[in-house]
Amino acid sequence: MDTGDTAWMLVSCALVMLMTPGLALFYGGLARSKNVLGTIMQSFIMLGVITLQFIIFGFSIAFGPDQGGLIGNFDWIFLKDVSPSEPGPYAATIPAQTYMIFQLMFAVITPALITGAFAERAKFSTFLVFMLLWATFVYDPVAHWVWGIGGWLGGFAEADGQVGLKALDFAGGTVVHINAGMAALVAAIMYGKRHGYGREPMEPHDVTMVVIGAALLWFGWFGFNAGSALGSLGLATEDGGFILTASNAFVVTHVAAGAAAVSWTAISWLITAKPSVVGAAAGAVAGLVAITPAAGFVSPMAAMAIGLGAGALCYIAVRMRAKFGLDDSLDVVGVHGVGGAWGAIATGLFAAAAYGGVDGLFFGNAEQLGKQVIAIAVTMVYSGVVTFVILKVLDMTMGLRVKEEDELTGLDVSQHGERAYQFEEGYAGIPVTPE
Amino acid sequence: MNKIEAIVRPERLEVVKEALASAGFVGLNIVSVTGRGIQKGIVHAGRGGEEYRVDMLPKSKIELVVKDPDTQRAVDVIINAARTGAIGDGKIFVSPVSQAIRVRTGEQGDAAL
Repeated sequence: MDTGDTAWMLVSCALVMLMTPGLALFYGGLARSKNVLGTIMQSFIMLGVITLQFIIFGFSIAFGPDQGGLIGNFDWIFLKDVSPSEPGPYAATIPAQTYMIFQLMFAVITPALITGAFAERAKFSTFLVFMLLWATFVYDPVAHWVWGIGGWLGGFAEADGQVGLKALDFAGGTVVHINAGMAALVAAIMYGKRHGYGREPMEPHDVTMVVIGAALLWFGWFGFNAGSALGSLGLATEDGGFILTASNAFVVTHVAAGAAAVSWTAISWLITAKPSVVGAAAGAVAGLVAITPAAGFVSPMAAMAIGLGAGALCYIAVRMRAKFGLDDSLDVVGVHGVGGAWGAIATGLFAAAAYGGVDGLFFGNAEQLGKQVIAIAVTMVYSGVVTFVILKVLDMTMGLRVKEEDELTGLDVSQHGERAYQFEEGYAGIPVTPE
Repeated sequence: MNKIEAIVRPERLEVVKEALASAGFVGLNIVSVTGRGIQKGIVHAGRGGEEYRVDMLPKSKIELVVKDPDTQRAVDVIINAARTGAIGDGKIFVSPVSQAIRVRTGEQGDAAL
């Protein structure tokens, strides 16, 4: 095992962890003040709930020994045989436990992304069950297909040399973003529009919080993408060089974020005569989403093109969402779904062997693009269908939404019994003394 | 005694306070209000280009209670300090007050002001 690789990976895990509270703030600022705690809680609590699911059985079924290319088995439940001092089968230079905790942070944030679609109206109890079921029946299988050894969409070979489709997804364009984006589309439709949507003002209550959240996401994304190199250098090649380098993943992540912030701001300036700060923040996030699958495989100049494209495409997607009257409240579909799909396709276009060992369309290999499209389509269909089934069952049993009067009062008071902001003496509460 | 409620632009608040103090009117309350008059409001750009017309605008409301003979003088001071000439300068309302009491001493009427 390598000290440099392990040190970097542990730092990466911490960076990715920070993205979940970053997401909480990004979403929280976009919501109205009466719902800010409910919104933050939906992301924050994933750090608890999904952590437990993952260490008990999620890691085992997502990354454990393969069953038919579709799912892992239960060999590693309760982290049995996941060693803190020996490498596992996924990365030779870091402890198996480190690989696990890295994957855990991804498993935590992916369901949290979906929460933006049903912001300001979700019943908390049903929501918790939804997240657990989604993590188990959607996230873990799809992660296995793309990143699991023997998984049928990815390229990680089994002992017998059998390899899957070899769709490229460096850090989670399909597993995280398209997956969550599709679930968000289904959820937004099934939860229905917020009360007063289209008639009442529903602007972000704290844009500074949105920017802080976006900044934490950008910072953490360096761990998300560059950490997916699973080492501080990369994969050694026969001639003594490296591909799939952490350095390149880091650089392209940053370039794409900046380029997308610029393009979203520019297009919003052209269309609405004022450059929106929320747009700059959302644009950066869109660029980060798009570069996620591509980060190991493309050059910095390609990352610039990918980022510029992401800012523009996601802006258009958000605008169209508004025209269709879909209350995907915090634009998960437009940013993560569309951004992730663009990123996966862009990987098939811009991949260059010098960076990631595989060429894309622009370097003479048309086949890869086809594989990307298949992976995108499969993920969308699977995530959409299973999310629909889960939500249908929950709607019939527990009910998805809060009661109308609770929605009007706000989630903070109705679901959590708390107020976020109590600046004036007159609004503070008096302790309830026992009889 | 009369209560003067003056709704003015927030950016004129400091100037109005100074002017009132110079004219001998030191005691007053301020409340932030949101309101709408004939001023048309502003347009916010949303993140996806959906624009919001916001016609409820922030203003500052100054409340002070003055003796009857001082009423017109106080109103004039406020108007001179708050006026910019553009739509949205605000409004002043004057209403009678039936009693005023100083909490510390119990004085009533004009002596409380």
